[in-house]
Amino acid sequence: MNNSHYYHSIRIEEDKCNGRMKCMHVCPTQAIRVRNGKAIILEDRCIDCGECITICPEGAIVPLTDPFGELSKFRHTVAIPSPALIAQFGRDILPYEILNGLKKLGFDDAFDLINTCGQVSFAINEYLNEHKGPKPVIFNSCPTVVRLIQVKYPSLIDHIISLNVPREIAGREVKKQKSAQYGLDEKDIGTFYITPCPVKMLSIKQPAEKGRSYLDGAISISDIYGPLLSAMESVERRSYKKSLQNICILGIGWAMVGGISRTLRLKNSLAVSGISEIIKVFNDIEQGKLNHIDFIEAYSCPQGCVGGSLTVENSYISYNKILKIVERLEYEEIKACSDIRYIRKLFAQNYFSMKRKAEPRPLKPLDSNLAAAIQKMREKEEIYESLPKIDCGACGSPTCMTFAEDVVKADAEITDCIFKLADDYKLQLESAKERRTDTDDSNDKGKKEEKNDT
Amino acid sequence: MICQGNGFIKKFNVQGRNFSHAGIVSTKIKEILEEIGIAPAIIRRAAIASYEAEMNIVMYADHAEVILCLSLSAINITFKDKGQGINNIELAMQEGYSTATDEMREMGFGAGLGLPNIKRNADKLDISSSPGKGTTLDVTFYLNGKK
Repeated sequence: MNNSHYYHSIRIEEDKCNGRMKCMHVCPTQAIRVRNGKAIILEDRCIDCGECITICPEGAIVPLTDPFGELSKFRHTVAIPSPALIAQFGRDILPYEILNGLKKLGFDDAFDLINTCGQVSFAINEYLNEHKGPKPVIFNSCPTVVRLIQVKYPSLIDHIISLNVPREIAGREVKKQKSAQYGLDEKDIGTFYITPCPVKMLSIKQPAEKGRSYLDGAISISDIYGPLLSAMESVERRSYKKSLQNICILGIGWAMVGGISRTLRLKNSLAVSGISEIIKVFNDIEQGKLNHIDFIEAYSCPQGCVGGSLTVENSYISYNKILKIVERLEYEEIKACSDIRYIRKLFAQNYFSMKRKAEPRPLKPLDSNLAAAIQKMREKEEIYESLPKIDCGACGSPTCMTFAEDVVKADAEITDCIFKLADDYKLQLESAKERRTDTDDSNDKGKKEEKNDT
Repeated sequence: MICQGNGFIKKFNVQGRNFSHAGIVSTKIKEILEEIGIAPAIIRRAAIASYEAEMNIVMYADHAEVILCLSLSAINITFKDKGQGINNIELAMQEGYSTATDEMREMGFGAGLGLPNIKRNADKLDISSSPGKGTTLDVTFYLNGKK
């Protein structure tokens, strides 16, 4: 139906899909339709949030992440795990054990992304101090949030922070360091992000900012969980207390919603998670209600990255684990982060700067011609008013409003609505009846005449 | 009215003092303008102005009818309320002037920026009011260049 050029990290396996429409109803951007009993994704509306993956009872919606075998394509491989990976295992397992476990799995090295996250936290602070543009500044680490802005809130594009995300900075630095260390070309160094969600894969294949990514692939936490658990069995354990000493408090907070604002002690920030909640906050920003807020930390997944659709642990448990680490680090005043003076120097050298900006990707209007668009809008309103407005979805569109739009765009027939079909049927039935009574009447008359004759 | 004939007209109702529904109509207006394909910069101004007007209704009026009227050359939004009206329009147009109660201020409203903000964002603003009866705001945004 739609042949746009947007790459998506979500695919529907047609043979598994049995058209139960759960995905269609849960999609926050109304990007799913069910046609001929199978779900399809409207590419230009999809923001890759992964809600459909989580809800599908058949497991028919699958994320596109990289298989483990991709590693063999590179001469030197480095794992760059999301801080959310730390939250997947029991209380005693900290980054030290996990990074070593990843090395046992076959990566040549594992990079401590938490430290880079901490550096970017400092950079966010510097950025907010210098910021003169529109407020609030919106955080960009969640690619779904950036895509939501591109598609549904293009007027908020200038609110997006123009700092690079930690995983990309880490990929860039790893490639630089390792290629120098081993005398290899940068493209021989494979950088693999261990991801809690499919959308990070998308941000690697098709960055919103249209540059190139310094990451070569993304491996799902759920794929690596089992092997990593076994690999960690043979890793030498350190005491909890000792392992804590190396954790940058500003970085570990990136795994949970509110973690950045809390560890930076921002006075005027909001932390929000879940697409429907983000939509409420973005509506308020557009109406000019939140001009007094400096910073918005927004994650599409509930609870932040720990709630990603490719994670394994219950997100409340994993949120709590991160929270307890943060509290402990606060209590013990452990600050294993980079020196702020060093970060300021890097900041001044544009080490953190984003070279390109995300561009608006607004949904296509009803028609590119204004007069035609107005005409279609009138038709759409008219159709909508004639519908039952119960959003049953039986037509294959998620709401009566989207159905009216689909009809106007000629992507659906009005009789796809079962209520309309019933009306249509009744009308046909009535006119058939009328025709029948008409003929009955003439028959009666004929009979009477016959009677009179006798 | 500008949008007779080929235009698009839609009516909304706003209930006064209903803070939990405040902002819904301006969000709907914004969505319609987006679907029709109006330039984002104009949508943004229209969204802010209609939000401010809607909030004024919620705070000061009993009830209002909002009419969105879109033609090939302009967006026109009329906010016609039944309510206390404005005693001195000139004064109300001044930044910082407000008759908001302490309760409204506690909720973060009543900074006296509403009407001036509508004027700043609109290309044309007409206000008429009869105290004790109600106020009508007529806000216009031109689609082809300013004014």
